[in-house]
Amino acid sequence: MIRFILNEKEIATDLPPGMVLLDFIRYHQHLMGTKIGCREGDCGACTVLVGEMLNGELRYESMTCCLVPLGNAQGKHIVTIEGINFSDTLNPVQQAMADAGATQCGFCTPGFVVSLAGFCLSEAAPTQQDAIAAVDGNICRCTGYKSIERAAGKVAEMMKEKNGEDVTTFVAKKKILPEYFATIKEKLQSLVNAGLTTNDSRLTTHLIGGGTDLYVQKHDEMTNADIRFVFDEPAMNRIVKENNKCFIGASATVSDLMNSSIINEAFPDFHRYAKLVSSTPIRNMATIAGNFINASPIGDLTIFFLALDAQLNLTPNPSPPRGEGSNAVSGREIPLRSLYKGYKQLDKSPDEIIEKIWFELPGKNSLFNFEKVSKRTNLDIASVNSAISITMKGSEIAMAGVSAGGVGPVPMYLQKTSDFLKGKKINEETTNGAIEVMKTEISPISDARGTKEYKTLLLGQLIKAHFMVFGLGQS
Amino acid sequence: MKNIDSYTHVRGESVYLDDIPVVNSTLYAAVFDSPVAHGKIKLLDTLGALAIPGVVRIFTVKDIPGENQIGGIIPDEELLAGTHVHFCGMPVALVVAVSEEVARAAVKKIKVEIEPLPVITDPREAKEKGELIIPPRTFQLGDTTNAWNQCEYIFEGRTETNGQEHLYIETQGAYAVPQENGAIRIYSSTQGPTAVQRTAARVLALPMNQVEVDTTRLGGGFGGKEDQATTWGVMCALASYHLKKPVKYSLHRMEDMRMTGKRHPYSSDFKIGLNKELKIIAYEATFYQNAGAAADLSPAVMERTLFHCTNSYFVPNVKATAYSCRTHLPPNTAFRGFGGPQGMFVIEAAIAKAAEELKIPASEIQQRNLLKSGDEFPYGQKAESEANECWNKTNELYNIKKLQKETGDFNAANKLYKKGMALMPICFGISFTKTLMNQARSLVHVYTDGSVGVSTGAVEMGQGVNTKMRQVAAKVFSIDPSRVKINTTNTYRIANTSPTAASAAADLNGKATAIACNHILQRLKQVAADELKVPVDVIEIKNELVYADGKKMDWDWKKLVMATYVKRISLSELAHYTPPGIHYDLTKEKGHPFAYHVYGTAIITVTIDCLRGIYVVDAVKAVHDFGSSMNTMIDMGQCEGGIVQGIGWMTMEELLYNREGKLMTNALSTYKVPDIYSVPQEIIIHPLETGKDNLAIFRSKAVGEPPLMYGIGAYFALRNAIKAFNPSADILYDAPMTAEKVLMALYADRAKKITV
Repeated sequence: MIRFILNEKEIATDLPPGMVLLDFIRYHQHLMGTKIGCREGDCGACTVLVGEMLNGELRYESMTCCLVPLGNAQGKHIVTIEGINFSDTLNPVQQAMADAGATQCGFCTPGFVVSLAGFCLSEAAPTQQDAIAAVDGNICRCTGYKSIERAAGKVAEMMKEKNGEDVTTFVAKKKILPEYFATIKEKLQSLVNAGLTTNDSRLTTHLIGGGTDLYVQKHDEMTNADIRFVFDEPAMNRIVKENNKCFIGASATVSDLMNSSIINEAFPDFHRYAKLVSSTPIRNMATIAGNFINASPIGDLTIFFLALDAQLNLTPNPSPPRGEGSNAVSGREIPLRSLYKGYKQLDKSPDEIIEKIWFELPGKNSLFNFEKVSKRTNLDIASVNSAISITMKGSEIAMAGVSAGGVGPVPMYLQKTSDFLKGKKINEETTNGAIEVMKTEISPISDARGTKEYKTLLLGQLIKAHFMVFGLGQS
Repeated sequence: MKNIDSYTHVRGESVYLDDIPVVNSTLYAAVFDSPVAHGKIKLLDTLGALAIPGVVRIFTVKDIPGENQIGGIIPDEELLAGTHVHFCGMPVALVVAVSEEVARAAVKKIKVEIEPLPVITDPREAKEKGELIIPPRTFQLGDTTNAWNQCEYIFEGRTETNGQEHLYIETQGAYAVPQENGAIRIYSSTQGPTAVQRTAARVLALPMNQVEVDTTRLGGGFGGKEDQATTWGVMCALASYHLKKPVKYSLHRMEDMRMTGKRHPYSSDFKIGLNKELKIIAYEATFYQNAGAAADLSPAVMERTLFHCTNSYFVPNVKATAYSCRTHLPPNTAFRGFGGPQGMFVIEAAIAKAAEELKIPASEIQQRNLLKSGDEFPYGQKAESEANECWNKTNELYNIKKLQKETGDFNAANKLYKKGMALMPICFGISFTKTLMNQARSLVHVYTDGSVGVSTGAVEMGQGVNTKMRQVAAKVFSIDPSRVKINTTNTYRIANTSPTAASAAADLNGKATAIACNHILQRLKQVAADELKVPVDVIEIKNELVYADGKKMDWDWKKLVMATYVKRISLSELAHYTPPGIHYDLTKEKGHPFAYHVYGTAIITVTIDCLRGIYVVDAVKAVHDFGSSMNTMIDMGQCEGGIVQGIGWMTMEELLYNREGKLMTNALSTYKVPDIYSVPQEIIIHPLETGKDNLAIFRSKAVGEPPLMYGIGAYFALRNAIKAFNPSADILYDAPMTAEKVLMALYADRAKKITV
């Protein structure tokens, strides 16, 4: 039994937890405002808000419900476009979109409106820039976006009046969202208190985190699959720091990383990197372990953590009970870089799952950078991506880790290039030398993301970019 | 006035095909399509699929009661493959089941054995092998052969423009519901309801009056649903005809992308000659259009390429030849611009080549050759030009020389970032080039409570045509627009319609609506005149009130309507419109095919990050000839959207088919359209104000297609920026200019040395 709140209505359903929320919304609840554009999280036409109790607070995030399994709605508040409609008037987000002429064919429009409503409910700064960021996962083929930018600016203007006021009170007062939103917190709390479990058995064939890859690759077979839902398992969501180590639960999402003070302190440019990774709704769903296990040669998080020489803690599934707050190693530990044996082949048995990962936090002599180039800068899969982590000793590189995606059958840790850099100074000669070494250890192929010649040239440029970010070429 | 649909759009209450409440007993269809681009079907095994519980029936070519033929212009395209398959994605069988899931599961169980035959994907190869859809056509003006010796400079080259996926966010789909006595109603997401009706009738051997096609609105069309929506409507009708049950098919994105055709890729050759004063004396072009496996609209698209081969320029000696080449790609089809952009790209490339060789900005050549009123197009029509007006206004507003200098200064000061700019003048002819299609009808009813219902052949797909129809009726009657409802587009109310295409729907249907309203208005005025005992020509209706001789009477709109009804005078009118003066002689390739032309000039500036090979479009600043816009918000929206779609075609949208004819960019994850971060940071559109008369509705010129072509400037701006970094780069005239092509060109010399 899955129980959640859909707009104003409490839902209790025995439908398969593996079916996608989109189909439940459209074809079982007949809420037709949530549209289908691609069923792979790339267009945003099916964007909904997902409200969840976190530490006593009700927090909303946008998600593309074509990739959300019904099981992940358990105990949450799902908000569709119908859930933010007033009976006889437009809310200010809708009014701004209509006034700006930001709707033409209208098919993508509910997704944009829901994303902007999510912006109003979030902690984002009331700036046009942040309002636009909220719709970075929404594709419109008609307007050319300029009118949508203008509408976003209007919405941001309105949010400036919030001035520290409680969000729920403010959105009710401004008639941004209907009054029933004020009752949701209590209703959700009672659902949480009911101790919901989606699946009793942990002896399952599929493990689902955010679903952003499984529902693209294996949509049909997931509906009736035997699934263990790990997205909301509290022990698997945490990001903690112990001494100079950072432990990240397998189900932590990209957004969790973006919101983590540990990550932001360690990587001051993390937001810049993360903006290059898919879109807001996908970042709200996509988990770190999902990125690793997907084993795409181009996984952004994988490339990021490869350079940091992250370690994986694998545990058997079903796993023994985990102690709260314990980071004790159970099962076995392997370096991320040894996980990949060949194209989509892993050093992991089907009975093992990633429980968490850890890496050494960069020290004060450390430098880090992440680069990614794709056909479209945002919301795209990389042609080539690369990360570098180095520790300086005086003016010399004491330790280096360089990773690269899109240049081989697996996400690559560039061992030779990393070794080459040790003991070198950051200068043009080192950069060029590293590029030459890099070429000896990659094996790109030509595909829809570029020819092998391009990928080789591009990786060289990205290595150069790493060093330029570190100061190369600046006096 | 805002789009009349905006209220329901922003609330998610607008109804698209997949939102229509389904009737009980509805069945769901899914197509099994060819995995092979060309071959002979040896065996089609549907037994495994039929064994799946819930599968109702699987239809093949044998189940077609009428003709297995969906070709619109030329009867060369089967609905379901008979003996051969001609492209990857060609429908072979239609599964009907109790649910979508079952239908799709069954499709996976169908087995087919196909003996492969040679696959052609390259239009030049097709032409060499004689695989032409229609005989080639040539447009000629003057005499190029004798003109070359008057030229100081002659340049030749070759260009490629890739196709473009429409990527309407609403995929294709249809829903057929059987009616009594064997009639069928088809809800279709189509730009051409009559095409669906005509084709369904042909395939099912029914008279057209038995097939009702109804379209509320589309979630985007862009040409992709002009002809190619027909397949799905007819498929559903076929199943519904046999099963006597409602049948629905709403395509998944990947089905849509692999089974439907796109903008035509072209490969072209050019030769351009200029005199010392940089006047273009002669221009020759040969176009190889990649039509795909069947004609679809390719002959008409090819024709428009020829019509627009000289873009906004006057060239006294022109010879342009086009070949529509049959390959084994899905039949390519209409896409905003309809062959025009492909023709314009080539002459812009020719000018760019001349400018690069002569080491001058292309704008020097462009500006000197702009069309003047009275200049002759290669097809014989005389221009009523706004080309110089648009260019000069652009210069006045933005100072072209100054921008060029600023770009140069920036490039001198920056090593790793380079800017490029380009000007893009446009000239686009308005009218269906198939003259007979320039006709429309409108049915207007005034109800006794004063409300008005309007039905036309125009399909609303985001371009705001319904809003414009409402404006027309409200303006002619001088009533509040809220009294006017625009009905669904339905073949039972309006027959024999032309598709909503060619930017012409508002003009044709708007004029028909104006005529219908005027007829009713005339009768209303007569009633008022009779009642008030004054001559009819002194009666006026203003803001719902009746005036006689300028004096307000005690009569309002509602009272007048009721009085007319009481007198048994008709409050309804069906009107017909066809634009005057258009004609074309195919034997001479001369005539007056267009009601008018739309002009404009845009400046496009870009910045390249020369380290990573990525780029942004800084700005598009345009002066656009709207005539006298009847709806600024809608027309500006069309401009902005068209520009971004054009830039997408020229930059990141890259269709890739492999040698076996299989689409590699078959999902949104591999085919990238502009997102909110990749659009120009600034788009400014300045309307050219002219009081000149034209044949547009309320003199408000058609706006759907022309702005797309400003996007072509992005390609040339990027080229210029690359040249600023690497002046020796030998860049092919090959669009789109992807990040890959940019980086390879920036480091052209180094790339050659790489060996992996």
